[in-house]
Amino acid sequence: MNASVIPWRGAAGRDTRDLRADRRFRWLVTGAGMLVLAILLAAALSIAWGGREAFHQFGLGFLWSKTWDPVGQQFGAWVPIYGTLVTAFVAMVIAVPVSFGIAMFLTEIAPKPLRAPIGIAIELLAGIPSIIYGMWGLFVLVPQLSEHVYPWIDAHLGQLPLVGPLFAGPPLGLGMLTAGLVLAIMIVPFIASVMREVFLTVPTRLKESAYALGSTRWEVVWDVVLPSTRSAVIGGIFLGLGRALGETMAVTFVLGNAHELTASLLMPGNSIAATIANEFAEADSPMYRSSLVALGFVLFLVTFVVLAAARLMLRRLAKREGR
Amino acid sequence: MSASLYTMRSAKNVVAQVLAMLATAFGLFWLVWILWTTLHEGFAALDVHLFTSMTPPPGESGGMLNAFVGSALMSLLGILFGAPVGILAGTYLAEYSNRAWIGETVRFVNDILLSAPSIVLGLFVYALVVAPMGHFSALAGAISLAVIVLPVVVRTTDEMLRLVPAQMREAALSLGVPQWKVTLQVLYRSALPGILTGVLLALARISGETAPLLFTALNNQYWSTDVMQPMANVPVVIFQFAMSPYDSWHALAWAGAFVLTLFVLVVGLVARAIVARTRISHD
Repeated sequence: MNASVIPWRGAAGRDTRDLRADRRFRWLVTGAGMLVLAILLAAALSIAWGGREAFHQFGLGFLWSKTWDPVGQQFGAWVPIYGTLVTAFVAMVIAVPVSFGIAMFLTEIAPKPLRAPIGIAIELLAGIPSIIYGMWGLFVLVPQLSEHVYPWIDAHLGQLPLVGPLFAGPPLGLGMLTAGLVLAIMIVPFIASVMREVFLTVPTRLKESAYALGSTRWEVVWDVVLPSTRSAVIGGIFLGLGRALGETMAVTFVLGNAHELTASLLMPGNSIAATIANEFAEADSPMYRSSLVALGFVLFLVTFVVLAAARLMLRRLAKREGR
Repeated sequence: MSASLYTMRSAKNVVAQVLAMLATAFGLFWLVWILWTTLHEGFAALDVHLFTSMTPPPGESGGMLNAFVGSALMSLLGILFGAPVGILAGTYLAEYSNRAWIGETVRFVNDILLSAPSIVLGLFVYALVVAPMGHFSALAGAISLAVIVLPVVVRTTDEMLRLVPAQMREAALSLGVPQWKVTLQVLYRSALPGILTGVLLALARISGETAPLLFTALNNQYWSTDVMQPMANVPVVIFQFAMSPYDSWHALAWAGAFVLTLFVLVVGLVARAIVARTRISHD
């Protein structure tokens, strides 16, 4: 063996070792990446599988049947689906304009030193657990509403033609309007911080050219900032909608857990997430449990579509920025 | 004519600005009210027993020691299961996927998981772990928390690794360092604060998660550290106690909510501080 060969062989050994380690590491991280895909797929499949008995028994009619009778083993999803859609709709009606106002305030109107602290405060509050919102709703908001606000709404708005039935009813405090309001409070920080970030991506040059032409602040926001960020703003709104549709604890506290279909927003109702949270641990028959899982599958599908749309729209802006 | 147009425009502008300010006041008003109620009610209900006694039987007073320990244990396990896989998957997205369609798909799916309703993820873990085992367990609770941790960590790791300048990779690779070593010793070292922030954000998020624990870990009135059995945890105890008719339970629920909120806010602030500090040092 000659001395000049040893380092060479040693280096070759090290090369193959490195190569092997490199390949192993690549497999490891690729495996972890694929696991993310696998989890979503497994979640979809296992929930669909868990709900198969209900879908098999009740067919597609499960979606629009109004009965929910654990004793008679008859289950239909329409009441929770309706409650989910109505509360989310109420929340969006309140939250979207408010969030837009906050984003506009934080990017164009507020004095510079105020912008960062208020922005950070709003983002921090977006992290408060939803159970706190729900508890506050039940113990603080509900009594206030039932004493001071709902009697007034019932007396004044309840008599109006057309929209009257929506606002007529006993002032219980619990109900779909309250749930929508709590949801709105929850998703405002969420939507507002996405909108703020998106507004900040608009090049200053663009805005300053508009100001130089004599535009007012409102015109800059409405005619320059908003059109150039439209898809991402809608994406942010959809993210909020996804959250409102799937939110559980905040809604469970204040919705009233009533399986009845009523036109009035002041009456208790139910939502998909609240139904599952309230009844799953007590569901004693396979069909009952399967129906609850089937409800979960409906929620999964709806939020999947909403969130996918949101991400696609947000991505469009990110791509344009990257170019 | 032009004067009236000008007045119209400036009037519109003033109205819009006032409305935007009102919207901000409106948004902050509720949030401050919620925070104030939690701090006020929670502080009033705070005493030593909260941290030394077990959850009481109906109508009696006690503490939440078993719930705090249970939550800490399950959150720790959730991070332990979720964070390493999340860091590896984030590494795959940033360093190995090379903008291939499969990488883009993983990123897209991860973004969806990130905001998927936690109750649905809980149902998934119920079907995967609880149903085959035949009973509720803390392990199932920890797995459902890990499923929530994973996308948060994947997202931040991906973003933070992509912030590392390409020159650093190229310098290391040109010295003949193999890619796995570059990743472990150069990229992770430089992106560490960011990755840590992601883990902290995930911790803040799972410490208040209630919905998925309702049918995975369930609850336990007694002291238990057996991960194969149901375990007490702060969010579910708060939920149960707040929905009960007893005043002493309500007070405990507020005290728990106080500790939980404080914890989440502090963790969030620490995470933010880490990011702010690294940003300054990068500049």
